[in-house]
Amino acid sequence: MQSLLASIRIAAATMLICVAGYATAVWAVAQTLAPDTANGSLVTGADGAIIGSRQVAQAFTQPGYFWPRPSAVDYDAAAAGGSNKSPTSPDVADRGLEMVERYGATPQNPLPADLAAASGAGLDPHISEAGALYQAARIAEARGLDPVRVEGLVRSGAFSPGGLLAADRIVNVLELNLALDAMDRARAE
Amino acid sequence: MLIQSILFVVLVVGGTALLSWPLGLYMTWAMDPGDPSSGIAGWKNRAFRAIGGPLTGQEQTWKRYMVALFAFNVVMFVVVYGFLALQQYLPLNPDGKQALEGSLIFNTAASFTTNTNLQHYSGEVSLSYLTQLGGLMWLQFVSAATGIAALAALARGLSGRPLGNFFVDVQRASFLVLLPLAFVMAILLVMGGVPMTFDGAAVATTLEGVQQTIARGPVAAFVAIKQLGTNGGGFFGPNSTHPLENPGFWTNILEMVAIIIIPMACVWMFGRIIGRMRHAGVIFAVMLAFLMVKTVGAVSFEAAPTWAFADLPIEQNVGNLEGKELRFGATGGPLWSVLTTSTSNGSVGSMHDSLNPMTGLMPMIGMWLNATFGGVGVGMINMFLYILVGVFIAGMMIGRTPEYLGWRVEAREVKLALFALLAHGLFILGGTAIFAATPWGADTLNNVGPHGFSEILYEFTSASANNGSGFEGLGDNTVAWNLATGIVMLFARFIPIILPLAIVASLSAKRRSAESSGSLSVEGGVFATMLAATIVVVGALTFFPAATLGPIAEHVMTTY
Repeated sequence: MQSLLASIRIAAATMLICVAGYATAVWAVAQTLAPDTANGSLVTGADGAIIGSRQVAQAFTQPGYFWPRPSAVDYDAAAAGGSNKSPTSPDVADRGLEMVERYGATPQNPLPADLAAASGAGLDPHISEAGALYQAARIAEARGLDPVRVEGLVRSGAFSPGGLLAADRIVNVLELNLALDAMDRARAE
Repeated sequence: MLIQSILFVVLVVGGTALLSWPLGLYMTWAMDPGDPSSGIAGWKNRAFRAIGGPLTGQEQTWKRYMVALFAFNVVMFVVVYGFLALQQYLPLNPDGKQALEGSLIFNTAASFTTNTNLQHYSGEVSLSYLTQLGGLMWLQFVSAATGIAALAALARGLSGRPLGNFFVDVQRASFLVLLPLAFVMAILLVMGGVPMTFDGAAVATTLEGVQQTIARGPVAAFVAIKQLGTNGGGFFGPNSTHPLENPGFWTNILEMVAIIIIPMACVWMFGRIIGRMRHAGVIFAVMLAFLMVKTVGAVSFEAAPTWAFADLPIEQNVGNLEGKELRFGATGGPLWSVLTTSTSNGSVGSMHDSLNPMTGLMPMIGMWLNATFGGVGVGMINMFLYILVGVFIAGMMIGRTPEYLGWRVEAREVKLALFALLAHGLFILGGTAIFAATPWGADTLNNVGPHGFSEILYEFTSASANNGSGFEGLGDNTVAWNLATGIVMLFARFIPIILPLAIVASLSAKRRSAESSGSLSVEGGVFATMLAATIVVVGALTFFPAATLGPIAEHVMTTY
């Protein structure tokens, strides 16, 4: 009985210090030091409406936009998840085939693998540089742009996430698509 | 590619091993201060007494220590059960999360009380911010503290001293060890782009005009302690693959370091308290060797491309990307899968269900052994059991009375140690057998064939190892799964805490003799080999038949 009482006292103290105190302190520092990312890296349009989060993939299906990796949860950022299919699963092969058809890949021009494989959370905001370049011709045609300009956009946006430790270059899909729209707007003016 | 992978592994594992040395020093200072009456130590003791009350003032026998530990864990379970059951009536619920089903509440409370963090729910779908922080994050602190306290008591007992006082130890671990580390980690994560907000989900209208609801919340604080305390329960359903839980390459490195640093430091703390640093060095080396073997296995098996794409016009120039995030690089996923299961963390940096078949075996091996660093505190306690069995077998082989640190190891202690070690196998294999043979398991699979069997095997392995990761395709939010894994987690948590302390009590009731040249030295290569062999025989071979039916069978299928 005495042990329970001591336990309850320690439970209350730890909850006060390790939960309330700790979370409040981290929150205060976060909102001061990094308010943008602390609130989810939201991107807003000219009218102030939220377009999405730079860190979270959103669906793109129109030919004039870069398309993200496939998502097992259809880019639902309120219930994220992966396919959880074994890489030997026929379901993964079926999705691979679907992607091959969507992109019109051929043995001479094979599809970069990241455009066929679903990510862990279904919200991977990046595609490989190769995956973006693979889409450049389609986008250039849909927008009436010079393919070289689209490729230049991809190359200038691509980066190695871990420097020497992870050198495969990747590129953020939403940022690319925002840049494409900005390019169009600049041309219209 | 190869050089990148080697550099990456060496940086993460080697760097953390170096950092664990000073942390071990600090943890010894925090958990086992010398003279408790003077200076800062006296001030601390008065604070612990003010919080915990009169019971903090006494030395506890092993039985009293266990009663205290158990009482505290009962309070943990009940409080969190309350948070989970009543969340719809409580504040800090901006997205209006609703009531949870009864067996899920039991499973979740058991899961977080036992430091397992097996999740049959999805955080951003089902839980309010108050439940996440006040309930689950609180348990991530105090369940980890329970493990560290138990190890400190075990080490004191082995050095021939009284065990100490649980109510003081748990406060030391919470306030002096976990809290400052978590705060530093949380701030680093915030700088790396992890959200920390109490605002509800953001509703966006995408460039193509579709509505997207983006869940967010007080993520940074939660993730820091989730990684440090070998907890592993994610704020979001897909854990650290979620871009808001782990936004970049460097946060991924930080989170991996946080997985193993305290389990590594626990070995040094153990060595310092028993006063045998060379012995600790040997244990550390054996643990590290197992970890590296699994890492090499996982990284190389995962370099094979996605098998399902083999006949399609898809590039085969990268490793398997199913369930992986590009920003972590090629080695991030498989290395994480080994670290998180070598310790009892259980967070994931890629989807384990989608690992190549043989890669998926590596996490299972980690959890079967459960002592190649292992959970905070309890990993070293599990290793103590292997040590006892190893010393006993070695003693039989050389024909002398087995001794450990001068304590005579006899049938009684070895029986208890083997019981604790073999209970792990019984829970895993027994549970898997029952669920694989009945609709309880068979109706919940996401994959067919051997991979489906692996899903069941993994789930029981994870529950019994108090790990918490999963082959998450398994539809595990059923009454049968919730009850079965909930019960397994509770037994598998408390058996390997209670029995080792009972063993220490039994050892230290005997007269301690000086270690002579006739007894097996615990500081050399012979001991290391003996220990490794014991781990392989007792820990791994038990599970070999099951591994053959699951991941190995699946791998063989891909070669035809």
